[in-house]
Amino acid sequence: MGIENARDQSSSPGRRLATLARHLSVGDTSLISSRGEAIDTAPTAGFHGGSVFANVAQAPEDPILGVTVAYNKDPSPMKVNLGVGAYRTEEGKPLVLNVVKKAEKMLLNNPSRVKEYLPITGLADFNKLSAKLIFGADSRAIQENRVATVQCLSGTGSLRVGAEFLARHYNERAIFIPQPTWGNHPKVFTLAGLSVKTYRYYDPKTRGLNFQGLLEDLNMAPSGAIVLLHACAHNPTGVDPTLDQWEQIRRLMRSKSLLPFFDSAYQGFASGNLDADAQSVRMFVADGGECLMAQSYAKNMGLYGERVGALSIVCESADVAVKVESQLKLVIRPMYSNPPIHGASIVATILKDREMYHEWTIELKAMANRIISMRQQLFNALSARGTPGDWSHIIKQIGMFTFTGLNKEQVSFMTREYHIYMTSDGRISMAGLNTKTIPHLADAIHAAVNRTK
Amino acid sequence: MAAIGRGILRRGIVGLPAVGSGSAARSMASWFGHVEPAAKDPILGVTEAFLADPSPEKVNVGVGAYRDDNGKPVVLECVREAERRIAGRLNMEYLPMGGSIKMIEESLKLAYGDDSEFIKDKRIAAVQALSGTGACRLFADFQKRFLPDSQIYIPIPTWSNHHNIWRDANVPQRTFRYYHPDTKGLDFASMMDDIKNAPNGSFFLLHACAHNPTGVDPSEEQWREISYQFKVKKHFPFFDMAYQGFASGDPEKDAKAIRIFLEDGHQIGCAQSYAKNMGLYGQRAGCLSILCEDELQAVAVKSQLQQIARPMYSNPPVHGALVVSTILGDPELKSLWLKEVKSMADRIIGMRNALRENLEKLGSPLSWEHITNQIGMFCYSGMTPEQVDRLTNEFHIYMTRNGRISMAGVTTGNVGYLANAIHEVTKSS
Repeated sequence: MGIENARDQSSSPGRRLATLARHLSVGDTSLISSRGEAIDTAPTAGFHGGSVFANVAQAPEDPILGVTVAYNKDPSPMKVNLGVGAYRTEEGKPLVLNVVKKAEKMLLNNPSRVKEYLPITGLADFNKLSAKLIFGADSRAIQENRVATVQCLSGTGSLRVGAEFLARHYNERAIFIPQPTWGNHPKVFTLAGLSVKTYRYYDPKTRGLNFQGLLEDLNMAPSGAIVLLHACAHNPTGVDPTLDQWEQIRRLMRSKSLLPFFDSAYQGFASGNLDADAQSVRMFVADGGECLMAQSYAKNMGLYGERVGALSIVCESADVAVKVESQLKLVIRPMYSNPPIHGASIVATILKDREMYHEWTIELKAMANRIISMRQQLFNALSARGTPGDWSHIIKQIGMFTFTGLNKEQVSFMTREYHIYMTSDGRISMAGLNTKTIPHLADAIHAAVNRTK
Repeated sequence: MAAIGRGILRRGIVGLPAVGSGSAARSMASWFGHVEPAAKDPILGVTEAFLADPSPEKVNVGVGAYRDDNGKPVVLECVREAERRIAGRLNMEYLPMGGSIKMIEESLKLAYGDDSEFIKDKRIAAVQALSGTGACRLFADFQKRFLPDSQIYIPIPTWSNHHNIWRDANVPQRTFRYYHPDTKGLDFASMMDDIKNAPNGSFFLLHACAHNPTGVDPSEEQWREISYQFKVKKHFPFFDMAYQGFASGDPEKDAKAIRIFLEDGHQIGCAQSYAKNMGLYGQRAGCLSILCEDELQAVAVKSQLQQIARPMYSNPPVHGALVVSTILGDPELKSLWLKEVKSMADRIIGMRNALRENLEKLGSPLSWEHITNQIGMFCYSGMTPEQVDRLTNEFHIYMTRNGRISMAGVTTGNVGYLANAIHEVTKSS
């Protein structure tokens, strides 16, 4: 029933006219269906107009990912991307760890690898090994089977599944998150059905921890409230409590029955030592109390896009852990049924092999050391220029990010004049720096600070 | 049409823990002590039970994962080759929130047609999703956010997880009649009644091909009538296409329902999965697409879909997406894939024929026509839960209690045994 030869395939309006023509008979406005019957076109008919989603407005760009978008558009050879927190080598290239490449090859050739769906809770080996990694092989909680661990989609997925579980089964909806925190945290918790509150964390004056404020705010939290804690290498500030401060936080939280929800995205990446970076978590678990733990392998194993992570819930007893795990499945099944297998298989392969594990710790330490070295070099460069202000926070802060303390205007200026791309809160990803770009960044900071004195 | 309400959220009562300083946490009661053990998933629980059974005769015709004639899971050759090419690549960086552009492009060609004007006009909002489940969930969440007063009409029966998905998205559910237990075919008259009686502008979940669990699909003529009625009622068609290529062996043929609706001017939604047709099960590779009025709207809708993905998992997994785009983007690999998917479909069709023949040879008093009339991975046998229980307890045959047989689990080696067992439990009905 088409007016086939009227169809002009080369132009979009031509094609739409042709399609329309196929459905209109001459002289009246009725549609012809694919079976040759006339259809009345009511004013609200869905054909070429009146979409049910006509009211959908374009969402704003994600502020963090938007930085890379802007960077990619910039033609300047001097541009530097200090936006998203993905590791870069000294040559500015992304890195796939050698041990990861090795593991992938092994999987390819392994005839006994899983070819079908993982269970809802994910790869069992991966789950056990992940719990051991963060809680310690000698953890009593693990030995007593009190830990329910489920594979999830990296840190984000682990946080979301944990939050959904809490919204359904926990009797307190409030979750306290540090100020500031990763931009996606509030959205994850809100969509899961929790009520987001904040506690003071960063002190812009010292560019360090506002410990007093933190203790006061947690002390004021209602009994049983959930508290989000960055296990190490706080994102975006790089400011971590000392072990002593962690102990005080733990005591306060336990005395108020606040429920800890750890986000561990940088284990091993912060200090270079996996156990050291897990101290805060282990301190809490050692006191026998309960907590949630969202683990990510995106950075410390460089598995970013493979979306590998785990949610662990440390429970008071093995019985409770079994029931909790069964309920976690009910959250996961209607979300994506079961988690992606590839990344978890790589992790399990590495963690269960002594040599490969060792190799991993060496590559991990090398990444952490390069970051630490960038911190030192940037600090030295600013000192050498006599840039006004105290820049020691650059070497005091830890992990992938530095909260420079630069404000929006200064950041804007640096982007415009020096092609430095970073988030407007003054956060820079140290992983994006190398020996060649540090002087350029130092110049930019120097100029920005002097300009707005 | 039954209304299915939301699940009731549980709020437990927790005893206050003992307050103390230092390491007093040891004396705390659990915050989660009230948590009840969840019921086992009806489908996945079957395989668990099967694995636990020591009998050498056991047969698993439960979960819908393809098996070869030796009962072994299969990695397609085209997938192996794609993985070889991908391993050792330069980076594992995050995909964009909306997923792999290449994978999306290839997926749209598959569903909408290589030369689809909608693709050329950029009218399709599409994101990579976590297989079919993830695609349905993104759509359900999107529907809730932007059409908060809408509900979803779901066929009776359907894949059980469909109900969970829309429930967790807080979208109220209604049902429409679909399967006719007497004919073991489509209850077309009732289905059309329900479509006509639904309020204008309702959202309907349609299985594009190889209906799960019944294997009963509308004929082409019936699809045209359904599409016509949808136009009259201004209903929104959401297609779940989990078996493209797997049903008839020809992906173009299996997309016929979608193409009919597109011809008729519907602005459809579509969930695609590569779990079965590319054997990518655990890689969670899929795509959600929504056909919009124009490019501007498609951009807006896509941006909003991304906003739903971001607080759920940030961005989708790269491996499965790379496998899909490597295969579909390479003419040789794509051609190999088409051969392999046809041979999987052909084996299933062969097993349908064999099962029916065997039952007829055994002199079963019942009609088993439906085994070969139905299409795709599943056969809705018509057996009762009690008969299924007998199959499991007496014959170590595992399937879901709705009588659904996964034909993919049937082999030349076990079809005789299976037919015999079915005959035994049904001969006196």
